[in-house]
Amino acid sequence: MHNVLRCAGQFVFLAAIMAFIGYFSSRPVYRQAPEGMAQIKLSFAHGAARKIDCRKLTSKEIAQLPANERRPNTCTRERIPLHVQLALDGELLYDDFLEATGLSKDGPARIYRKLFVPAGPHTITARLRDSKRTSGFDYEATHQVTLAPAQNLAIDFKADTGGFRFR
Amino acid sequence: MNVARQVLRRGFDLAEGVLGRAFPPAWNPMLNLGALGFFFYWIITVSGIYIYIFFDTGVDKAYASIEYMTHEQWYLAGIMRSFHRYASDALVIVMMLHLLREFARDRYRGVRWFSWLTGVPIMMMVFIAGISGYWLVWDKLAQYVAIVSTEWLDRLPIFGEPIARNFLSPDALESRFFTLMIFMHIAIPLIALAILWIHLQRVTKPRINPPRGLALSTFAALMVLSLAHPALSQAPADLATVPGNIGLDWFYLPLFPVLETQPGSLTWGMSACFLIIMVAMPWLPPLKRARPAAVDLDNCNGCARCFNDCPYNAISMVARSDGTAFEREPIVNPDHCVACGLCAGSCPTSMPFRRLSDLSPGIDLPDHTMAALRDQTESVALGLSGPGRIIVFGCESGPALADTASATVGVIPLNCIGQLPPAFIDYVISRDLADGIMLTGCRENACDARFGIEWTIRRLARERDPYLRHRVPRERIRTAWAGVSGTRSLRAALQSFAEELKELPQPAPSQGHPRTNPEPVDA
Repeated sequence: MHNVLRCAGQFVFLAAIMAFIGYFSSRPVYRQAPEGMAQIKLSFAHGAARKIDCRKLTSKEIAQLPANERRPNTCTRERIPLHVQLALDGELLYDDFLEATGLSKDGPARIYRKLFVPAGPHTITARLRDSKRTSGFDYEATHQVTLAPAQNLAIDFKADTGGFRFR
Repeated sequence: MNVARQVLRRGFDLAEGVLGRAFPPAWNPMLNLGALGFFFYWIITVSGIYIYIFFDTGVDKAYASIEYMTHEQWYLAGIMRSFHRYASDALVIVMMLHLLREFARDRYRGVRWFSWLTGVPIMMMVFIAGISGYWLVWDKLAQYVAIVSTEWLDRLPIFGEPIARNFLSPDALESRFFTLMIFMHIAIPLIALAILWIHLQRVTKPRINPPRGLALSTFAALMVLSLAHPALSQAPADLATVPGNIGLDWFYLPLFPVLETQPGSLTWGMSACFLIIMVAMPWLPPLKRARPAAVDLDNCNGCARCFNDCPYNAISMVARSDGTAFEREPIVNPDHCVACGLCAGSCPTSMPFRRLSDLSPGIDLPDHTMAALRDQTESVALGLSGPGRIIVFGCESGPALADTASATVGVIPLNCIGQLPPAFIDYVISRDLADGIMLTGCRENACDARFGIEWTIRRLARERDPYLRHRVPRERIRTAWAGVSGTRSLRAALQSFAEELKELPQPAPSQGHPRTNPEPVDA
């Protein structure tokens, strides 16, 4: 009888542990996106204009350089911040100046931003200024889209392929 | 810290006690956490090798290949997949319990810092290996895990292009990423195994395999779980959508919702703090160390019993240095010695009958010498009166000995019960210092010094040197492996033992029990 009880105890313990493992290996479920919302993911890396424009070196200056360092132009490293805006149905969702990366601020500015918006038809406008102009934007794109719940709309940017891409 | 340790210690002791009612002492899962960890590791390895045969690392094919295993070949690959997942979850459970139990028993400070410190990277690698495994399924959960992991990494300003951009949209992801992940998923557990080997370097005879019965029953339980509730994929990953409802594995991913929603400075800061605390734990605060065992070559013949009994690889045998005819001598590594006293308990010169010369064994604890133990035994015996006198030799990590002392019960604390040479039992009984002896300490198979209880039981049973002499009446010896919360059960055991002792006939001196005027005996 004692052995039967011990076996029963072992069975109960192992069954409880396995039930615990079985349940918590996939439950309770976690909801990532709010109900009825879609996600816009704005992400790209882009280098803005240099803070001080490149200058052509004179022949005298080039001659003074060591032979292995001779080049036609000289440039400072630092880049200006990138101005990025994202508007949804005319209302600004995001508006920021992105600093260039790197210790000398000579790398591309980067953004990776997730925004939850209500599902449904929207007009999305993305703008970017990477030059030293003080008003307006160098790139702007508007996209009409009907976002389904839980849809993920990625907005990327590549200057050499024409600017913003909605995908 | 002490309060937390005490609370946890009582909790573990209680759990060990409850499980001890269902399982034989050797099978108690709570006392085989490390061995079970190894067992699950091997299950994960074997099942992983099998499912890797059918796994396709292509971004479009990974999910389909796992679906094939789960549904088409459910009877083998599907079960292997379930084994792989559930054994991984079980590994996390036993690993965390093992960590908490070592903390609760204060077995992470002092010379034990090494095992704790080497355990920290193992813990991290188990989690990284598990998390990388979830990427490979490439279902909704994998998508969530991949995106949150990479976004979290991107919050460190060390990467050029954000890694999370790999998951920006369906066309952004390449199969190359899966190749990298499978490499990580295989390489990290292998590195963890190498560190596990280092982790065990300072323990003698590490228990890396659970008892066969426990292994078989655990395996059977995993099999039943795998058949009744097979591991399934969630909907296939689709980077054009947000995963929505996700069935998280809460053993590996409980912090993912936090990593996803909280600022990087907070999550990385907390992670760094946690890691620093884990690494610094053995010195928070440092353990007040007892002095390590010391060898007295004048009384040592190099028999190597101490070397054989040391649980922490603290003793090695080297060529004799004192010019005597003996071949070898023990040397103690103070960085490994926990001063448990098992070596002194095993030394044949730990002989309390010695009167013509000092009681100075070949190896002894400077802070808890055999001579002091004999003096204390005699002093405690003097204070006992009445029938059924009992001397309790007990481990300090066991029940509260002082609470059991009375006019008929004298208590003598030891660093570990294995510190008691069997000759002391003979000494107490034959000198009529008490009518009976109770040996107590941690729960059976849960000895704080690993082998104290096992060596004691085997010494009493004359299976391990030094043996308890034949002449000692076994009915005058009791053991109660009660654990830290077992004071009440020890008291009850003492009460019934005292009653039994009263019923026993007084042994005659002619039977080898000199009750008065003992003759001096030298070892």
